[in-house]
Amino acid sequence: MTQVTDSHTDDHTGHAGHDDHEHHGPPHLAHHFETPEQQLSSAKLGMWVFLATEILMFGGLFCAYSVWRGNHPEVFAYAHTALNKDFGFINTIFLITSSFTMAWAVRTAQLGRTKATFILMGLTLLGGCGFLVVKTFEYKAKWDHHLFVGDLNEHHPDYVAPAEAAHGEADGDHGAVDEHATIEQTAADHGAADHGTSDASVEVAGETTGETAGEIVGGAERTSIALAPDGPAGVVADWMVAPVIAGETADAGHADDHAADGTDEHGAHGEAAADAGHADAHGGGHGDGHSVSKEIVPLKDRQKIHQFFQIYFLMTGLHTFHVLVGMGVIAWLMFCKVPKGIFGPGYYTPIDLVGLYWHLVDLIWIFLFPLLYLIH
Amino acid sequence: MSHTTTPDATDNHNGHKDHEDHDSHHGPHVVPFSMLFTIFAILIVLTFATVGATYVQLGDFNLALALAIAVVKAALVCLYFMHLRWDSPFNGLVLVASFAFVALFIGFALMDSKAYTPEVDAAAVEMIQSDAEAAGQ
Repeated sequence: MTQVTDSHTDDHTGHAGHDDHEHHGPPHLAHHFETPEQQLSSAKLGMWVFLATEILMFGGLFCAYSVWRGNHPEVFAYAHTALNKDFGFINTIFLITSSFTMAWAVRTAQLGRTKATFILMGLTLLGGCGFLVVKTFEYKAKWDHHLFVGDLNEHHPDYVAPAEAAHGEADGDHGAVDEHATIEQTAADHGAADHGTSDASVEVAGETTGETAGEIVGGAERTSIALAPDGPAGVVADWMVAPVIAGETADAGHADDHAADGTDEHGAHGEAAADAGHADAHGGGHGDGHSVSKEIVPLKDRQKIHQFFQIYFLMTGLHTFHVLVGMGVIAWLMFCKVPKGIFGPGYYTPIDLVGLYWHLVDLIWIFLFPLLYLIH
Repeated sequence: MSHTTTPDATDNHNGHKDHEDHDSHHGPHVVPFSMLFTIFAILIVLTFATVGATYVQLGDFNLALALAIAVVKAALVCLYFMHLRWDSPFNGLVLVASFAFVALFIGFALMDSKAYTPEVDAAAVEMIQSDAEAAGQ
């Protein structure tokens, strides 16, 4: 507290020569503030106003999410099964832990324990890295499964199966493709998807375990589309192929249209998909309680499935961008400012503020996780 | 900012004496480690709870439960990690106001969101039909 007293004395003496800003107090006290406390509270208020604008920005995306989910609950219930719940859970743990180490770093900065602050900010940074690594795996899996944004999503009406890429895959990775086809056949023959085998094949395709049956069915369908000859037949999107559902006349018509294409593979494929769907609907008991077949989505809404992924990528993408920015600021403070030993009981504002930012990033994820990954 | 012209500077000065005494006891408010760790542990437990809750069939209540847990977690982060419990209440007001406006935004948008469903659905069906025809050719 001597610092404050000093500053105040300086303040008085320095006021005769107002131009002399240098004699105004501790080096971090700007000339337009009376005391370091006032400066800190002003900085904090400014940060909170900034965080409020951040919340409003994400609010727009949450609004889009709410309207879409409200209008198409089945689309969300189905499409979210493509997200890996385990990844989302691990990332939640990463962010909460790094939030904890950040709050701890603020504490040590307030106590002037420079080394501890450095280490704790490093741990926070590691938490951010872990989050990004998991996120990379997640995005990569979506890309591999043709569940990316816009017409790069197989559910998009304008989706074109990447013919040359599929050929490359088939050449380089014959085993995996064959295995997919086998799974599809198995599902068609026995009317039940073998979850264990499916997982294994997905792993071959570069995904980790824990995928749901919904995605595996999707994967099998994709493979058969990719194996179809080039040209219009190869362009047939998922939502047009699948509608072979008992009791829906419009769907039956589509199936006929489709069989008329002339490609036997496709005809068989449509049935296989329908059978697999039935297996899911009646078999149940896949363990994770999240086996949802595409048949829960009304035909008219199937082309909207890709919009779930637009929302998913926008929300998590903007959030991930915030993680990156936060990591940048933390790294800068940690390597350029903390080692100078300038932080202590009298001055810890930057650590405090980046902490607030990091906690907000955590806060937004706390809402994103259940809303995107844990849809019931 | 001259001390001779601003009366509040004098107030500030007088007030500062008291403030000084006050501060000499406390310094900046440092959250005890045990408290930080307790909050961290609660947040982890609630994360498990939010995942566990999805295995229980509660119908519409599942969403409400997930959101309730999220709100509790958010409140803990704000109050303890973000220090709002000991901060100027005005900072908390800024936060609550932003949430209130987001709630207004979403609330009003949801009120109107089904208004165009018939048109959108009709367009979707039309699209499916024309695409099917194109594929059939």
